[in-house]
Amino acid sequence: MSRLEEAVRDGRFLVTAELLTVNTGGLDVVRHHFEPYEEWVDAVNATDNTAAHAHASPLAVAIALKQLGMEPIMQLVCRDRNRIALQADIAGAALHGIENLCCLTGDDVTAGDEPEARRVFDLDSIQLVAVAESMRQGRYLSGRKLDPPPALFIGAVENPQAPPVDYRVDRALKKVRAGARFLQLQVVYELEPLARFMAEAVEKGLAERAAILPSICLVRSPKALRFIDENVPGISVPAGVIERCERAADPEAECFEIACELADAARSLPGVRGLHLISFRKEAGIARLCRRLGIPTREERETIGNGSRVAV
Amino acid sequence: MRPLALVEAAVKKPVFGCQMCGQCVLHSTGMTCPMNCPKTLRNGPCGGVRPDGRCEVKPEMRCVWVKAVERAPRTPWAHEINDLRKPVDNRLWNTSSWANYFTKRDRVAPKGWRVEA
Repeated sequence: MSRLEEAVRDGRFLVTAELLTVNTGGLDVVRHHFEPYEEWVDAVNATDNTAAHAHASPLAVAIALKQLGMEPIMQLVCRDRNRIALQADIAGAALHGIENLCCLTGDDVTAGDEPEARRVFDLDSIQLVAVAESMRQGRYLSGRKLDPPPALFIGAVENPQAPPVDYRVDRALKKVRAGARFLQLQVVYELEPLARFMAEAVEKGLAERAAILPSICLVRSPKALRFIDENVPGISVPAGVIERCERAADPEAECFEIACELADAARSLPGVRGLHLISFRKEAGIARLCRRLGIPTREERETIGNGSRVAV
Repeated sequence: MRPLALVEAAVKKPVFGCQMCGQCVLHSTGMTCPMNCPKTLRNGPCGGVRPDGRCEVKPEMRCVWVKAVERAPRTPWAHEINDLRKPVDNRLWNTSSWANYFTKRDRVAPKGWRVEA
């Protein structure tokens, strides 16, 4: 059983983070990326060619994380590989003791720097979750046996803010029916859509069946917020938030404040089991945010065995 | 394409933008063909839908799933939108889904697909 799965099982407050993309430079680069926030996180996401830009593969990065003593969550998107290649990566990951998977659709190729590439989408994210679950139970999609069955802890994502918003909890429930046990939510820059999603998630039993982690994204400038608003599919940043940062005497500090406020509000929402933290540049921001919010380190959380609510 | 598939294409292409996947699920998705989604998602929208409901990939069109979710409640099969649809059988492209429905060929799932709809 993975450390993340244990933490979910024991009802501990969860902290995961998104590893910056890795291209070259050896394992030291991977270590430098997570070192600043190592103490806080239960696991770190090895991303899969984010925004349709090629990087070191999630399987390779997940293995590197494991070798460096950090627990990986291997992301898998449906854009670049057909069902055979996806199953091969899941089996390959399990061979290296990588149990945590996060299955997602993936940004389209047109979001990347090679928009002329062929898009695959042989499976959709819900089917991918189901295929991983079948493997966990000892069968490839074809029905061929996997003996012994690989230990897997399967997760997925959901975007509380993207239309059709009324269908998002139902879609997440589909993922849970397919086998997802944790859900990392897409970044939001306002509380309202997240609060509405969580209220429905609690009402429909989603929050009970999967550990839900809202994502908080740290940026350093209003320019970065504007870039995200305009260029990242599925994330919109309210004009008020950007203006607030622009008007501030210290825009960088204001951006950090906004992230802290959101993170603090998000973790207090009923049904929320932890936070997923993303920083596009200064990874130390993740550690600062955890300190600022008084989130106990992973070791402390493991020893005090606190529930989903964090004492501040 | 065989004659029946040609007839099916002639009827369904102009009305639904049918892509001839040969395993039609149109009735369960609010009479909106999910194969018109650039990512061919059959189980719901991706996370990239624009705030105004337009497609992430093709901004000139509304998201297929925004339409499906809107229309499904008006169909007699409203609840079926939440079905877990199996992966596409890529051998059935350009065959008649009508024929595949009557022979039940369209419901043949891989043995490892053990999710209940």
